[in-house]
Amino acid sequence: MPDETPPEAPVAENEPDEAPPAPAPAPALSAKQEAVLARLAEYLGDAVIESVPLFTDVVARVKPDAWQRVAEVAKEHLDCDYLSFISGIDWAPAPKEGDEGSSDTSSPVQPSEMTFGAAGSAGRFQVFAHVQSTHRHWGVTFKVDLDEADPRIASWVSVYPGADWHERECREMFGFVFDGHPSLRPLYLPAEFEGHPLRKDFPLLARVVKPWPGLVDVEAMPGEPEEVPSENEAPT
Amino acid sequence: MSTTDTPTTPGFEVDPVALTPLADARVDVELDTGDMILNLGPQHPATHGTLRLVVRLDGERVVAADPVIGYMHRGYEKLSEFRTYPQVTTLINRIDWLSSFANEVPFLEAAEKLMEVEAPPRAKYIRTILTELSRIATFLLFLGEMGLQVGALTPAFYGFRDREHILNLIEAVTGGRFHPNFNRIGGVKDDLPWGWLAECRSAMKIVFDACDVFEDLVLGNEIFAARCKGVGIIPAELGAAYGVSGSNLRASGVDWDLRRDGEPYLAYPDLDFKVWTHPDGDSFARYWVRLQETRESARMVLQCLDAMPGGAVMAKVPRIIKVPAGEIWVETENPLGQMGYYVVSKGATGPFRVKIRSASFSNVSILPWLLRGVFVPDIITILAGLYFILGDIDR
Amino acid sequence: MGLIESGRMPKPLTHLLNYSRKYSLWMFQWGLACCAIEMGAALASPRYDMMRLGVIPFPASPRQSDLVVVSGTVTDKMAPAIRRLYEQMPDPKYVISMGSCANCGGPYWDSYSVTKGIDQIIPVDIYVPGCPPRPEALMEAIVMLQERIQNEGIGNDQLAKRWRGEPITVA
Repeated sequence: MPDETPPEAPVAENEPDEAPPAPAPAPALSAKQEAVLARLAEYLGDAVIESVPLFTDVVARVKPDAWQRVAEVAKEHLDCDYLSFISGIDWAPAPKEGDEGSSDTSSPVQPSEMTFGAAGSAGRFQVFAHVQSTHRHWGVTFKVDLDEADPRIASWVSVYPGADWHERECREMFGFVFDGHPSLRPLYLPAEFEGHPLRKDFPLLARVVKPWPGLVDVEAMPGEPEEVPSENEAPT
Repeated sequence: MSTTDTPTTPGFEVDPVALTPLADARVDVELDTGDMILNLGPQHPATHGTLRLVVRLDGERVVAADPVIGYMHRGYEKLSEFRTYPQVTTLINRIDWLSSFANEVPFLEAAEKLMEVEAPPRAKYIRTILTELSRIATFLLFLGEMGLQVGALTPAFYGFRDREHILNLIEAVTGGRFHPNFNRIGGVKDDLPWGWLAECRSAMKIVFDACDVFEDLVLGNEIFAARCKGVGIIPAELGAAYGVSGSNLRASGVDWDLRRDGEPYLAYPDLDFKVWTHPDGDSFARYWVRLQETRESARMVLQCLDAMPGGAVMAKVPRIIKVPAGEIWVETENPLGQMGYYVVSKGATGPFRVKIRSASFSNVSILPWLLRGVFVPDIITILAGLYFILGDIDR
Repeated sequence: MGLIESGRMPKPLTHLLNYSRKYSLWMFQWGLACCAIEMGAALASPRYDMMRLGVIPFPASPRQSDLVVVSGTVTDKMAPAIRRLYEQMPDPKYVISMGSCANCGGPYWDSYSVTKGIDQIIPVDIYVPGCPPRPEALMEAIVMLQERIQNEGIGNDQLAKRWRGEPITVA
């Protein structure tokens, strides 16, 4: 059984504002994680740019031209017969809602610098996929970087037929193109929809027109003094 | 077919055996047929919600099928980027709207693991009980309404009636029949009301009786068996490659249940339960597996009630929840299948990106492959057996 | 009937007509999302049995129904279907908007794909708030609708307008 102690935050994180954390002990890897990392190194070799354990999972960032081979290796050598999902992520920071100087504190304020997650990223767009093994009960998350100007990557449909719909959804939500996919038709949105909703520069117009006022009055918890400010105010 | 003794008209006695070749004679003419496109539109009593299925038929057989989804797409992943963590919790229990409590569990596990907060044991047991109750509620509805799809009206009423007992229980604890909004990051909102444990035990007895009734009434019915056996067989490897999960995959013989095999979550490591599989992989097997799992869930609830620890129901968490930066993937065994959340946090009060992996999306993506060559009534049987919820597909 | 459409229906007949209409509402099965489960519980469950109010939920075709309860979120992709189905219903027809998603967009008010309320597409008679509204709330909506039906044409010209399919303003 994998270890019960929750490990520290993954090694690849790099918060620019924080002082470097005190040297934490390296998280103990479970037997499954070690086996997966070993097989990744053996069969993919230098196609893997970086691989880190993430809680009880393994995240591996791979080179874009090896994306097709990654699927085949995962299916054959890692025994990962189950495709969980393929999706995308846009690491750009969300623009502030509303006009300049607007007091829209209704949505959570995210940091305005672009930082990346586990195993890092080369740029704004990434595709990430999770595959699992139904017999060995382990899984891997693969990440791959996409070019911002022309986001294209190979399709996994020939290896995992379920990738069909996941890739159609990615194309619709982000604008990524999957080479080798039979037909990247829209999945969710009506045909006349313009834009790619999950990109960070796609605004939610209803919030722009009239921002949510936030929490305007707050009841005190028993024993606490009355607080006035709204719950969503970011203390910067 | 059994031969019946039909009285023959005197003077017209015929020997059926001798005449069989005549009946089998085929007219040797090439008929000019065209394919017909049938649209099982977004409004249809047999699709569980707004699923549109465009099938191309050759006579009564399906040549190609194309599910058109998106009629319930509400943009969950984008919306959760604009909400704080507690607000996201209230939103995501509407993804799979029949077993609402179970949708929140993986997200809260993710947030709690990132915050390194652990819910107290009593809260874990309460969450387990409520998750299993929502699983029973969903499956009771399934057991009733699959009968309805196949053509039997009675099981549907039984399903709704027995579900009311479970919804009573959930309402007594949380205040809402479904969409309870009872979970908080760090525990649950309130403790159980006085007398609830005894009510729960008697409700589980009703569940066992209901399962016996369904087994007799539906599984023992030869029409149901004839409609469902051999219909919609999903081979195990192909199902896994498509991402089919949950009872659908277990009905194809794959022994995989995230409550036992995945990362330990809630109180499942303490419970002793059996994972039911069936080798056939057809719609009958899916019904059978879910029936057994309903009973198993009721047994698990009874175990939880016996082993319920005391103590607090909520850990100490700050007033304004800020989850430290990081990312995590958490998956749980929801009634519909494997549900998971990939939460990316950047230290704010709300998530940066939430990828919601919902079970029905992958379950339905196998339909174009599964529906080739079946008859039109079998489409309905297959849809009923796969058991998807539109909110889970479209998010 | 020419009498009704021109508004010259005598009052006792109006009473009788409305009385029989309000207790034989045929409801179109139009469940979209979570509210549909509560609607199903209200109709099919023996606890909240709505059929005793005369609301029969059998028609799966809009052409044979005179009440539609839109329960659940309406997306922009679905909106043309709703409009088309509403237009297929024969007059006099009634619309109940059930749940906050159908009333105003509900929890998804800021989504890019949700229609903020079905009253942008079709005229609504009764709004039922809730997320989801309890079956009792839906039953109260039906009872309220029945009262409204009973009072149509008594001291106002709503009956004629209903028959002709014209919009009705509730003062």
